[in-house]
Amino acid sequence: MSYAAARPSACPACDAAPAAEALAARAPLPGARLLISVPAVHCAGCISSIERDLAQMEGVNSARLNLTLKRLSVDARAGIAAQDVIARLDRLGYEAHEMDAGTLSMTETEKQGRDLLMRVGVSGFAMMNVMLLSVAVWAGAEGATRDLFHLISALIAIPTVAFAGQPFFRNAWRALRAGRMDMDGPISFAILLTLFISLYESLLSGEHAYFEAVVMLIFFLLVGRYLDFRARAVARSAAQELAALEVPRATRLRDGAEATVAVADLAVGDVVLVRPGGRVPVDGVVVAGQSEIDRALLTGETLPVFAAEGHVVSAGEVNLTGPLQVRVTAAGKDSSLHQMADLVANAESARLRYTTIAERAAAAYAPTIPIVSLAAFVIWYWISGGDLRLSMNIAVASLIITCPCALGLAVPAVVTSASGKLFRKGLLIKDGTALERLAEVDTVIFDKTGTLTLGTPAPTNLDQHGAEVLAVALALSEGSSHPLAQALARALRDRGLAPAVLDRVSEVAGYGIEAQWQGAQVRLGRAAWVGATPRSVTAAYLAIGAQTHAFTFADQLRPGAAEVVAALQAQGKAVKLMSGDVPAAVGDLAARLGIADWQAEALPQDKAAAITALHDAGHKVLMVGDGLNDTVALSVAHVSISPASALDAARAASDMVLLGRELSPVADALRLSKTAMQRIRENLWQSGIYNIIFVPIALFGFATPLWAAFVMSISSITVTLNALRLK
Amino acid sequence: MEVLAVLIPVSLFLGFLGLGAFIWSLRKGMYDDPDGDSQRILDPRYDDKPKPVAPEDEAR
Repeated sequence: MSYAAARPSACPACDAAPAAEALAARAPLPGARLLISVPAVHCAGCISSIERDLAQMEGVNSARLNLTLKRLSVDARAGIAAQDVIARLDRLGYEAHEMDAGTLSMTETEKQGRDLLMRVGVSGFAMMNVMLLSVAVWAGAEGATRDLFHLISALIAIPTVAFAGQPFFRNAWRALRAGRMDMDGPISFAILLTLFISLYESLLSGEHAYFEAVVMLIFFLLVGRYLDFRARAVARSAAQELAALEVPRATRLRDGAEATVAVADLAVGDVVLVRPGGRVPVDGVVVAGQSEIDRALLTGETLPVFAAEGHVVSAGEVNLTGPLQVRVTAAGKDSSLHQMADLVANAESARLRYTTIAERAAAAYAPTIPIVSLAAFVIWYWISGGDLRLSMNIAVASLIITCPCALGLAVPAVVTSASGKLFRKGLLIKDGTALERLAEVDTVIFDKTGTLTLGTPAPTNLDQHGAEVLAVALALSEGSSHPLAQALARALRDRGLAPAVLDRVSEVAGYGIEAQWQGAQVRLGRAAWVGATPRSVTAAYLAIGAQTHAFTFADQLRPGAAEVVAALQAQGKAVKLMSGDVPAAVGDLAARLGIADWQAEALPQDKAAAITALHDAGHKVLMVGDGLNDTVALSVAHVSISPASALDAARAASDMVLLGRELSPVADALRLSKTAMQRIRENLWQSGIYNIIFVPIALFGFATPLWAAFVMSISSITVTLNALRLK
Repeated sequence: MEVLAVLIPVSLFLGFLGLGAFIWSLRKGMYDDPDGDSQRILDPRYDDKPKPVAPEDEAR
């Protein structure tokens, strides 16, 4: 795609500047290409409604939605910021987030994938053509015809190997220089030696040439690599997503004058203005103003928190109702958001050290390849009394037969097949090694808000109120951006009610909303402010004149939550609940779901520490969570799952994403991962058994190029079929 | 056996033709969004006339 090509011309400085500055300079950019993540798109209707709507938007030249990556790329004229497009998508009913091409460096993965696919294609076409010629040789072409066919094969095979074999050669060279031994070393050795000997034999009119075997080996191995790459490419670094979430610009107040500056330029002691609806750019203390702060992303609290002079706010929190002036206590690298990003980065690099079963098998198998062929060479050299050409031929035959064609496919084929199965059930696997790690899990930790529950409060006692009260409540709640008010408005509108006619509606930041209705004052908001007695459950209070009404709310349980908890407990897993919410809410939910082990008011660090402690005790933990507060826990856990409604950073930090509202695929995934591991082990044994049968044949000197091609394709096909057997 | 003189170049030519088509389709980004492309056939917007080609699409 042309993002990379389009950007330098639009903003030459952006590419040179560090990410934060580039981000800061980007919004007012003339004629930029905007990248927006739209996680909810899934069908043809989504594509056409979004593209059609954006085509009519002023200033947008073109918009294209990529359904595979769930990403919208918009080519816009000057003055169009991503926020404008996001607001428009929001009205269409699609949740959207801005992405930064520079920070996320996704063009790089795209280029790698395309590069690998190109090599697969080239080796595939070469394989077909060389095989065409080889079949003629095997069918009995003799003399000059055979030599001609061999030479034409060489003409195709040599450039193919030079191009398509590069990933193996490069890895082998890197490993060699570092003094390590991995699978690519013997593979490169086998490819080059076989190619060289085959060319030599063809020039001397020899009987056997292994060009088709070499090209076939490269083709099958590249297919395995590509499947493997695809499984990994979806996973982008969570730490980078967190950095992208930081607000690049802030409004600084100095001597009463406002100035927009980059967050990187803020110093401790500066005062910044945070408008309603804006994200707090720094850690700081409120010095003026009153508002409510949505901390759900950072702490998992369902309800907004009141903030006034003297209250502490953290970067990443959203200011809801009134303007706030915040004195900076930590900005940029020192802010709490950035510290969390650092923790995530550390956890991610620790996870990269996980050795997969494929890597263990490769490490055990790699040395046998050169050893077997060297033994073949030495023994035959001795038996034949110094016939270099014969012993070299036999050594090459055993080299090509021991080469781990099926081994390269054994794991990626099963992972791809299992990923497809789980995708249809509603679970996207982002990390290639996640299935393997999932199979080892014995403890499952759930987050509460947004994971076991849907995270959206719903009113529970609407039927206890009269129609008039409801009409007033609807009219008032429609004027507020508070989550409870919006939930109330949504529920009342769904009942088909019409709002009452109000005068002088005004929002009182941090308290609620008030107006005049038929000569009486009406208020919707906090208990103390409306003059009602507060209840023990989450509630919003309405006052009409002197009379007060309470609307109680409860978080809805995610569908399938109870079944999943029961199924996991039946499978013998330990199930825990950890939340940043208040003890009453957490304990209530734990009791409803039958979870005995729960913890409330857990900070992000607490969750991560609890998981680390479990790991140290020898347990393997599956973390299921959705918020920014879970991000560290998600990346520390042995394996992690987040729902599609989760924050970008949380989804990026987890290994799997639940696509629908249902939680039930979690139990399926645990079961399927066990079966998948079984198939992987079978596949590894199968490719081993092929070697046990055919290596002696090669060693005795009976192997021909036909045998080599036969063994290679049969073992690759059986391994793939076994992977497809997965249910 | 003279037929080989014709058939070998023909088979090589066809092979290169296929490879060329593959490289062209890869460069054009036809494998970038397989899910989206399979859904786009259901979109009636360009049923009567093809989609106008944007200049930047042509450039790549």
